[in-house]
Amino acid sequence: MKILVCISKVPDTTSRIAFTNNNTQFDETDIQWILNPYDEWYALVKALELKEQESGSVVHLLTVGTADVDPIIRKGLAIGGDEAIRINLNSADSYLIAQQIAQVAQAGGYDLVLTGKETIDYNSSVIGGLVAEFMNAPYVSLASKLTSQSNVVSIEREIEGGEEIIEASLPLVVSCQKGMAEQRIANMKGIMGARSKPLKVVEPTNTNTQTKIVRFELPPAKTGVKMVAADNVAELVRLLHEEAKII
Amino acid sequence: MSVLVYIDHFDGHIKPSSFEALSYGSEVAKLLKTDAVGVLIGDVKDDVAGLGKYGVKKVYSVATDFTFDAQQYAQAIHEVATKAGADVLVFSHNPNGKALAPRLAVRLQAGIVTGVVELPKVDQGFVVKKTVFSGKGFAFVEIQSSKKVVSVNPNSFKPIVGSGTATIEKIDYKLNTPKTKVIKVNKAEGEVPLTEATLVVSAGRGLKGPENWGMIESLAHTIHAATACSRPVADSGWRPHHEHVGQTGVQIAPDLYIAIGISGAIQHLAGVNRSKVIVVINKDPEAPFFKAADYGIVGDAFEVVPKLDAEFKKIIK
Repeated sequence: MKILVCISKVPDTTSRIAFTNNNTQFDETDIQWILNPYDEWYALVKALELKEQESGSVVHLLTVGTADVDPIIRKGLAIGGDEAIRINLNSADSYLIAQQIAQVAQAGGYDLVLTGKETIDYNSSVIGGLVAEFMNAPYVSLASKLTSQSNVVSIEREIEGGEEIIEASLPLVVSCQKGMAEQRIANMKGIMGARSKPLKVVEPTNTNTQTKIVRFELPPAKTGVKMVAADNVAELVRLLHEEAKII
Repeated sequence: MSVLVYIDHFDGHIKPSSFEALSYGSEVAKLLKTDAVGVLIGDVKDDVAGLGKYGVKKVYSVATDFTFDAQQYAQAIHEVATKAGADVLVFSHNPNGKALAPRLAVRLQAGIVTGVVELPKVDQGFVVKKTVFSGKGFAFVEIQSSKKVVSVNPNSFKPIVGSGTATIEKIDYKLNTPKTKVIKVNKAEGEVPLTEATLVVSAGRGLKGPENWGMIESLAHTIHAATACSRPVADSGWRPHHEHVGQTGVQIAPDLYIAIGISGAIQHLAGVNRSKVIVVINKDPEAPFFKAADYGIVGDAFEVVPKLDAEFKKIIK
């Protein structure tokens, strides 16, 4: 099976978020960058599990970004990707990013394209669906389990109020979330080997965007907590009922 | 031109998140001085004409026996969008909306913004506000293409209920056989889906073990709330993964979030900080969660929670 995993560079989950330049830019000062957890823990490791099941399989990594993403790509290769492609484009426009990914995916003749369910920076959860439509391929979003047997893929997918069991055939695009795979850590052999694995850089075929970020805003800070004594729980219920009017 | 809203359903009933999307679409239509219409694929037991009370003038109905498939459903929605002359498409940012909205964006060559929390500003272009950094910030994004696709975060936009009635127009369109098929649905029995819940009771490692969740479930039952948990709890297998709220779990925005025995790490706060009212119960007065709370109790969960449950029972039938 030929598998393509879309990966992304995001701020570490512990990052404090701030904006700069009149709130028009994300403040990158002191930010630690990581491989997007959904891409790494679920999409990439799932791809590696599938590869181990079926001899002759390959796992390629694809990212859209400038050279500063390379350390993240090397991490993905250290965990077990065979080779990587970087589309040399810095953009926050999902439509453009997915269009560029789809062109590479289509040309590469992949059976399965995996993405994380969303990136933890823009939380848009759209790349998989956009790529699938550009490729005219079926798409299953928010998968928490995936098994493959003689080209029939069985998937568990989250829905509101439960889960669906879906049967699909290849080629297929799937977005991955918790449950898909067990997290793996790169070992020393993987880290050393990743340095010499191929990383191909391709230029985007266009740079037209449909959206533009005008400015950012931080959530309003809480004005202060009202404490209630542990032996006066009735007072909390009264506050929720009469002051907050929630209950 | 018009605004087209996708009406999602499950188990024969229209989803509450679609009421929000319908109201949102109707308000967008008012801003753009046009009408909002809906599209429904498949059958529901609910009163479809009654959706007019959320402001839509017409519902296009496409009959099919096929189970949900993003590719074929998107093609049907595209047919309707063309017929309705839709310039703006509205979805809920729920599991099916996440699968459909991007496909429509490609089909219409439309800019797409998901996770929207407010009505657009239309005085200069079309600017929507969305959550970013998993709840740690918001971005205002201008959609510059002539056609636009937006999806609305559940629980961010309260349905506005009026008194209209929608006409129903049956569309003579036959879906192609999908390449994916739902062969089974496992319904979570008797639970309120977390992303739709207006009240949420959540607990963390402070509960010491899965055997102690009885009092959490009882409290949730009393106030008709969904249950949730912190990441370590889900990772330890004490609770199912779909209950994990936080930056790498589900992000929610209920009216009330009660956090019990959760310290409030920054990743957890990111998933819940859009809750309207936050109550924190923790035995550690230094727990960082108190800084993000509206109401707090420093105390032992095993003593406070049963008392709280009993007090709620006095005011809730």
